Amino acid sequence: MARPFTPKVVTANALLEGDVIYQTADDRWSRALSEAEVLRDEALAKQRLDFAAQQAGEVVGAYLAEVKIGANGPEPTHFREEFRLTGPSNYFHGKQAETAS
Amino acid sequence: MYQYTDFDRDFLAERNAQFRAQVERRIDGSLTEDEFKPLRLMNGVYLQLHAYMLRVAIPYGTLNSAQMRQLALLAEKWDKGYGHFTTRQNIQYNWPQLRDIPDMLDALAEVGLHAIQTSGNTIRNVTADHFAGAVGDEIADPRPVAELIRQWSTDHPEFQFLGRKFKIAVTGAEHDRAVTRAHDIGLRMVRRHGQPGYEVIVGGGLGRTPMIGKVIREFLSQEDLLPYLESVLAVYNQLGRRDNKYKARIKITVHENGIEKIRELVEAEFPARRARFNGIDQVLLAKFEAAFANPEFRTASSDVYDVAHGSDPVFRAWADTNLFAHKAPGYSIVSISLKAHGKTPGDATAEQMRVMADLAEQYGHDELRISHEQNVILPHVHKSDLPALHATLKKHGLATANIGLISDIIACPGMDYCALATARSIPIAQEIATRFDELKLEHDVGPLKIKISGCINACGHHHVGHIGILGLDRAGVENYQITLGGDGTEDATIGERAGPGFSAEEIVPAIERLVLGYLDLRDNREETFLDAYRRLGAAPFKAALYPEARADAA
Repeated sequence: MARPFTPKVVTANALLEGDVIYQTADDRWSRALSEAEVLRDEALAKQRLDFAAQQAGEVVGAYLAEVKIGANGPEPTHFREEFRLTGPSNYFHGKQAETAS
Repeated sequence: MYQYTDFDRDFLAERNAQFRAQVERRIDGSLTEDEFKPLRLMNGVYLQLHAYMLRVAIPYGTLNSAQMRQLALLAEKWDKGYGHFTTRQNIQYNWPQLRDIPDMLDALAEVGLHAIQTSGNTIRNVTADHFAGAVGDEIADPRPVAELIRQWSTDHPEFQFLGRKFKIAVTGAEHDRAVTRAHDIGLRMVRRHGQPGYEVIVGGGLGRTPMIGKVIREFLSQEDLLPYLESVLAVYNQLGRRDNKYKARIKITVHENGIEKIRELVEAEFPARRARFNGIDQVLLAKFEAAFANPEFRTASSDVYDVAHGSDPVFRAWADTNLFAHKAPGYSIVSISLKAHGKTPGDATAEQMRVMADLAEQYGHDELRISHEQNVILPHVHKSDLPALHATLKKHGLATANIGLISDIIACPGMDYCALATARSIPIAQEIATRFDELKLEHDVGPLKIKISGCINACGHHHVGHIGILGLDRAGVENYQITLGGDGTEDATIGERAGPGFSAEEIVPAIERLVLGYLDLRDNREETFLDAYRRLGAAPFKAALYPEARADAA
């Protein structure tokens, strides 16, 4: 039996800034995971990923990242996605600094 | 030092203009990412976890003060105020924006620096002994030949699309500080019948399949070097595997075909290659040798040094740990530690870079080196200048007295930055250094090299650490494997895996048990960790690491 499909978001890096971005339901790219469109259906996820891949002028390296649903919407399930969402642990740089300001 | 000629300047200007146009075409949509990626990699531009990263070559680890100041400028103007020095004598900027990178490259070109071939399947930055030209056990300064190799390999049309990256290291000294046996090609200067030449080592490398290089030629005369290197590269280019990225390095080619076969093929290739060299390379080499001639060392009293050493314990601790004997009387080689306890190994702020540049200019014949151990070296400082130099270092957080000790840790950027990483390295290094500083044990423990990689690609050289730490992803959790007994010197040895890995919370206590275990096991204070390991074997060290296993067995 195929494994059940777990919720995903489409994530990538922005072409110009290189930072982490997430695809929203209204076809924007957001810096906030909380705004990401949560994809619960495999066929739809593939379709949304294809759509992201077509936006080569804006994004690089789009892929599907697994999420779980928490109090503020989607949250990472893997530590790599947690770090992408936060920034490095040795300096207060990256997303953690942007959210704070 | 080598000074760029008009040819070098024109070449670099043209190359940077090409890349600027490529970036513009990527931004305006004329180039896809698939088309752009190999172009950006050829110019040292990666896309990492949080941002782009620019990797700048510091050929054979040598910089002058103007170059160091320019590195500081880049850090300040286009990054977040710091840079990260790497195990391949490069500097990495972690936060540039794509549009700014052409300007960064132009700024580098102003001082004769570039990012060419710091990535991609090409011949990478040629590395060398960071004490080159300053130590007594040296046949010759390896940097002239490293510069020759840099010029020969830069944009070499035959070697722009190798099966995989290719790394060359050179040493002129008896003691190998350049890890030559863990490079695709390692060159050791040797003498035969009074004539200088090279021992050529091939097929070393760390990564997924660590291998110690094998000697392919015991003695190669100086004028045969470039045609011989071309022959090795040509054989690898033809024979090396392209079907599997993980089997594409020359170490696998050598391993699968045997060193004898590779040697035969190289020797067969050599005569035709040799015939194409008309001697211009030797003319250039002679010029480079003149360019790298030692500065005029002065003769002066070292009384000031002796007084400070006798009266100031902080200075004494630093001098006893961070200085190395220089070949000229009255001089020292100064290692500036970029490993302050709790800080990121290899990072320097723009301000620190400027301070080091100023010190090099004032006291160090305008020379700086970057070591593969991620520290900065002032290779030529007169002892009488050391107290003043140390006072300035202290003011800027650069006077940590820990060179060669447990907190002088090599760590790759790991998953804090790197897109390939499977776990973090930096926090582990920070915690180990902080812990042993709290214990006030590191001078008692003595020489001990801990090297940490955040994935099996082994940029942190964990296989050749006396204690190696490899960060992995085990079922979605960071997990750290320990290897023991590795050595990156002339006695190069791949460390042996100690046993099951440890979680991020368990790894620092595990290292502490291991090191305290060593203190109990050593014969006397003179017996280093590595010596004790070699004498006793792995068993007592594993017992210290895994006390539960010992209890279970009892």
